[in-house]
Amino acid sequence: MTLFRNVVFVAALAGLVAGLVLAALQAYATVPLILQAETYEGAAHGHSHDGDDAVGGHSHDEEAGWAPADGFERFFYTSMANVVTAIGFGLILVVASELAGGIAGWRQGLLWGLAGFATFTLAPGLGLPPELPAMPVADLGARQAWWLGTVVATGAGLALIAFRRSLPLAALGIVLIAAPHVIGAPQPVSFETAVPHGLHHDFVVAVTVTNLVFWVVLGSVAGALRSRFSDEPEAQKSFA
Amino acid sequence: MNSIRTFGTDVSAQSRLMQLAVAGLLGLFVVGFVGFSHVEAAHNAGHDYRHSMAFPCH
Repeated sequence: MTLFRNVVFVAALAGLVAGLVLAALQAYATVPLILQAETYEGAAHGHSHDGDDAVGGHSHDEEAGWAPADGFERFFYTSMANVVTAIGFGLILVVASELAGGIAGWRQGLLWGLAGFATFTLAPGLGLPPELPAMPVADLGARQAWWLGTVVATGAGLALIAFRRSLPLAALGIVLIAAPHVIGAPQPVSFETAVPHGLHHDFVVAVTVTNLVFWVVLGSVAGALRSRFSDEPEAQKSFA
Repeated sequence: MNSIRTFGTDVSAQSRLMQLAVAGLLGLFVVGFVGFSHVEAAHNAGHDYRHSMAFPCH
């Protein structure tokens, strides 16, 4: 299981670095906006309880269940979630790149990171923009299903374009990338919210840019580490 | 045998796919658990993270 060990090692190290970078960026770029939006949650409960429209509040936090205390404890758990998921994303990125021949160096890793950003942030974010607390949202299960389907379709589409040198398959890749947006993401019945539009706009930009940095760091570090494992300089020069 | 030299190690094609599949599933499980968990404590612990990653939340 040497290969498995190497994959996990590279993913864990790259995930640790990228996760900590992202946690630091979030602490000043996204979390303050989330906290600000939470102040609107009480006001939002008056609106939009019609149909399957649910207010994106988390009143259950106060009613039941453990939640980290505000301040350092909350930041600590956010950072933990960042690092753990970053290692998970790292595993997916390294495995996908190994199937395609392995990442050769940090620059190729950067391109893999950009592909991860397009797949996991840009594509799902087009239909389901990052949400703040107290914003109306459609049914959770439907959104998760659309999110997952969009990620799979976008990833497969990008792989067809990048690794199959064929016009029909490249066209199929574009169709796969566009299809989830033709189908359309589940949307709330009403967009009415107490959260100011400007606050949400800032949040969408902050989430997108912090994720871009995260994926670029994750891919680059994975690529740099991977090239230290491989002792075949020739094989490193190409994807396949 | 069709042994492949990859990632600094010699493995058979079958073993290579198997090891990559296990590592990939591990990654999907980790991301799925933190990003999509409906467990209350896990949900609250990762709340700000999921919002900041634009995972569907709530």
